[in-house]
Amino acid sequence: MLELRIASRLGGFQLEAELQVADRSVMVLVGESGSGKTTLLRCLAGLHRPEQGRIDVDGETWFDASRSLWRPAHERPLGVVNQELALFPHLTAAENVAFGLRARRVGASERRQRTAAALERLGIAALAGRRPDQLSGGQRQRVAIARAIVLEPRLLLLDEPLSALDASSRRTIRAELKRLLAELPCMTVYVTHSPAEALSFGERITVLEAGRVSQTGSRESLMRSPRSRYVAEFLGVNLFRGSLAAAAPPGAAHIALPHGDLVLSERATDGDQVVVVRPREITLALERPTGTARNVFEGAIEELVPEPPDGELVRVSLSTRPPLMAEVTRQAVEAHALAPGRRVFASFKAAGVLVVPEPDA
Amino acid sequence: MPVSALASPRRARPSLARIAMLVAGSLLVGFLALPLVALLLRVSPADLLARLASPVVLDALRLSLVTSVAATAIVFVLGVPVAWLLASRDFPGKRVVEVLVDLPMVLPPTVAGFALLMAFGRAGLAGRALAAFGISLPFTTLGVVVAQVFMSVPFMVGPARASFSGLDRRLLDAAATLGARETFTFFRVALPLALPGILAGVAMSGARALGEFGATITFAGNLPGSTQTMPLAVYVALQSDLDSAVALSVLLIVMAFGLLLGLRAAPVGSFWGHTRARAADR
Repeated sequence: MLELRIASRLGGFQLEAELQVADRSVMVLVGESGSGKTTLLRCLAGLHRPEQGRIDVDGETWFDASRSLWRPAHERPLGVVNQELALFPHLTAAENVAFGLRARRVGASERRQRTAAALERLGIAALAGRRPDQLSGGQRQRVAIARAIVLEPRLLLLDEPLSALDASSRRTIRAELKRLLAELPCMTVYVTHSPAEALSFGERITVLEAGRVSQTGSRESLMRSPRSRYVAEFLGVNLFRGSLAAAAPPGAAHIALPHGDLVLSERATDGDQVVVVRPREITLALERPTGTARNVFEGAIEELVPEPPDGELVRVSLSTRPPLMAEVTRQAVEAHALAPGRRVFASFKAAGVLVVPEPDA
Repeated sequence: MPVSALASPRRARPSLARIAMLVAGSLLVGFLALPLVALLLRVSPADLLARLASPVVLDALRLSLVTSVAATAIVFVLGVPVAWLLASRDFPGKRVVEVLVDLPMVLPPTVAGFALLMAFGRAGLAGRALAAFGISLPFTTLGVVVAQVFMSVPFMVGPARASFSGLDRRLLDAAATLGARETFTFFRVALPLALPGILAGVAMSGARALGEFGATITFAGNLPGSTQTMPLAVYVALQSDLDSAVALSVLLIVMAFGLLLGLRAAPVGSFWGHTRARAADR
């Protein structure tokens, strides 16, 4: 169990974050660049000392400002993999992996055996004698992961671990990493900017915005009720803020948006509302639909993005007013010859518009 | 050719700047090379070898080698940790330390030698304490080494510090997260990766120690066999035996030239296969 509650000021930037990670679980940390993800990770790693707060891991206190207690990085049972990998260029793959064991004075025979096992586990035993400059990007990635897990850390910190890879090796290593994380008995904090990675790795997701946690919860709860535009956009959900229109026809409520109205089936309370339309609820058609859908918007296709990158679904961003994100099957894209620039009608039922309860805070 | 490509848009005016640069360059290179050539032409190779075999020259050569190697070793052992501290952390009085380390580079060597006498002379600040242990530095071979160390420190610390500062901070952080204390990181990561700069420091400080004259003659005197290093022997020979002076000078030039050329020719740039890494990234 990891519990963190810290505050730190860096220049003009203020980080105030809380984080809880359960045993053997993966917490995905998302946020725009500059939101404080890296600083938070550096605090966990023992590379940046916050001014206030406390960090406890498995009942041990790593940091407690009130007691001036600070465990430096080299005294924390950690594994770290960064985007830049930071492999030692003058050491072979095996020496890189053995580095932490050597630093912790593990005896030579045990060191050899554990190094070999870690290399084997990542499928790079044959590359043990090569230096980083003689390895491909994917192979370097595996060395970095082996180096981090050979110490059997209690906390694994992964900072955009796959983003330096090309698409095809990212896919294979992502699958391997996922299997590996399920096997390892440690807690993991996984920083990513990729929605696909966030959804595939994290049972739980924490969102940092401007140095604060804006939302934390299961991926389902985030999908169901994203609390901010950033979360909604990150997860690919349409989120709108508007006010309940005064002149609502019977049987339905209207939400007035800057560019038009949405029709809801729920009886919403008065005042400002946040509503969500899940991309899957939206149907695309080339002709104006004649069915029962109450919400119809016309616009051009801006972009088509397969989601997940290797999956059967395609995210379609539309220049409708308001802008919408739809999710359709690959077959639908091919059947309607959907392409950027093409004008389409996006429609969804009134029941597809969900009112998001305001956060309690 | 990059130069012509750079100049091509201005071809209309057959660039005056380029001609000026060429003239300035030729003048400077000629100015630096001419004295060396003049010295080399002064004696025939056979004569040179004969002169080099004379006892005075051999004594000076032996003394110079022993003292400058010893001085370089001391400067290495003391200078590299200081370079690491200066590169890796801030501490109160850091500016003062930086100035102290650089000072010998701009101080007149005679002033340095005089100051050493004030400190380590028989009546000096530390000299009396040393005398209690039976150690006397002025006018001894050890004093030569002390003078050389004093003068060559900046030439070791400068390049080593620059090399440490240029290390990828993320590698040092990675070492820490793998459980490495600072000393472990220093010996296993920082030192091997900063090796090119440290070797440069060794060559530069070695060359400086070899050429040391003013501080040595002021602090250690000019005693043949015990404190008369090659530069001092050249100075003495100039007044009596010009051919020996030439032979010694040629030898010093060759040694210094060799040290600096060796530094540039050594494959330090690709020491850890960095060139190959760059090729692989492309």
